[in-house]
Amino acid sequence: MPQTRSFDPYTENGGTILAIAGQDFSVIAGDTRQSEGYSIQTRYAPKVFRLTDRAVLAVNGFAADGNMFVKKVKQRLEWYRHAHAKDMPLRAIARLIQTMLYAKRFFPYYVYNILGGIEEDGTGAVYSFDPVGSYEREACRAAGAAQSLVQPFLDNQIYFKNQVPAPGTTHPAYLSLPDVLSIVIDSFTSATERHIEVGDGLEIYIVFAKTRDLQDFETIRAKNVHLIQELTVAEDGERIFVLRRDLKKD
Amino acid sequence: MAAAATVYNPVGFDFSNQIRNNFLADRGIPLPKATSTGTTIVGCLFKDGIVLGADTRATEGEIVADKNCEKIHYITESIRCCGAGTAADTEFTTAMISSNMELHALSTGRKPRVVTAMTMLKQYLFRYQGHVGAALVLGGVDATGPHLFTIHPHGSTDKLPYVTMGSGSLAAMAVFEAQWKPSMTREEALDLVNAAISAGIFNDLGSGSNVDACVITATKTDMLRNFVKPNERVTKERTYGFRRGTTAFTKEEIRNLVVHEEIIGVRDDAMDVDGS
Repeated sequence: MPQTRSFDPYTENGGTILAIAGQDFSVIAGDTRQSEGYSIQTRYAPKVFRLTDRAVLAVNGFAADGNMFVKKVKQRLEWYRHAHAKDMPLRAIARLIQTMLYAKRFFPYYVYNILGGIEEDGTGAVYSFDPVGSYEREACRAAGAAQSLVQPFLDNQIYFKNQVPAPGTTHPAYLSLPDVLSIVIDSFTSATERHIEVGDGLEIYIVFAKTRDLQDFETIRAKNVHLIQELTVAEDGERIFVLRRDLKKD
Repeated sequence: MAAAATVYNPVGFDFSNQIRNNFLADRGIPLPKATSTGTTIVGCLFKDGIVLGADTRATEGEIVADKNCEKIHYITESIRCCGAGTAADTEFTTAMISSNMELHALSTGRKPRVVTAMTMLKQYLFRYQGHVGAALVLGGVDATGPHLFTIHPHGSTDKLPYVTMGSGSLAAMAVFEAQWKPSMTREEALDLVNAAISAGIFNDLGSGSNVDACVITATKTDMLRNFVKPNERVTKERTYGFRRGTTAFTKEEIRNLVVHEEIIGVRDDAMDVDGS
């Protein structure tokens, strides 16, 4: 009798990530719940990671692959720093991620990646990837368990899909930082209400272009001093802040 | 005559679509997903009676279908039943048994017993060999005292002083095993049931939202709907109203639904009743 053995190296760990690009900033967010089936493995497992002072990577899908993938991307970025004495530009990181994902075409990293940050020309950017490396630069993207809940909301609120502008006006090409942050928070509180794998905590990374006036952000920061932490040291370069919030835990 | 169509519906379930549905499933068109109460339900014996508890989340796969559903069903005034599993099966099964218990009470002239409901439920579930997906916690007080049962979808039953069922049963049972003791007061039992359901709400993804409880004693039944609400919805950062005229349209047609009818009165001076 022929025998077969099964080997299932993958699992799905839930959670959701999203990123939105502004004119001179980028916002990358993810919830912090990690689950398998009906069980919560941990209420705090970060899915969003700072790569450089102008690049942040969010990973969602199979957590073990995600962590390993981020580790390897960081390693390649360190090698780049040692070879060239500067950080890798965002578009180059995007292409690096593509080649790293495609290198494992027939034993893929079971992960959806969203890369956010600031391009060399100072514009906010979001790159989204599929598990084997197909990628695209976009203004906004949601991925993960609640992608089907969040992406249509983003299409409507960021791209103004299915909204006719008032007579004599046009939709804005870019949204302000306070608007973007509100939309991100509402996306996650809503996904938490209706998706069982989303919840516990929310981490929002905000990347600012070198030239940007941070006055609007300082207003928000003053109201949420205990929630916001800066991850960069130099005040004359790009700057990254992280905003941490609670989500419902049921 | 046996094969002839009849205008009379036979009693019980209609299986006439089963062969077609199995064929469709084989061809890769699965049956629609039933709403499941991926649930935490519990029951607990105390000094004066029974406390039942349930969460209020109903799910369709990983999507929350109802954030505040009722899982403690009425059987009789002093017998109630918590349901887990296929929502429709728990609702119809408990409603049917409730009807039969009322008829039974009328015909015997006595208050019906918990074992009667338990036996009716298990015989019904056994008959359908687990295809009626109801997992139940049945509790109540009758002439013979307080009783608490679990009934599994295949028809097996247990009689225990504290029970849990549903996807959150392990989380809830962990609380009972750590804290349950005999002859608790009403308050102690309610707190324990609350803790057990809360363990399910927070640790089991299939359970969530609020705690429902029901205290049954020989003299009184208290249905404590939304006994604790530990998961209130947070307020949104923005309001999402849309300007009038936001939605595009391809054509506009306005029809006048008011019927205009001109009535021409026939002048008749003989009918003038004005005295002047």
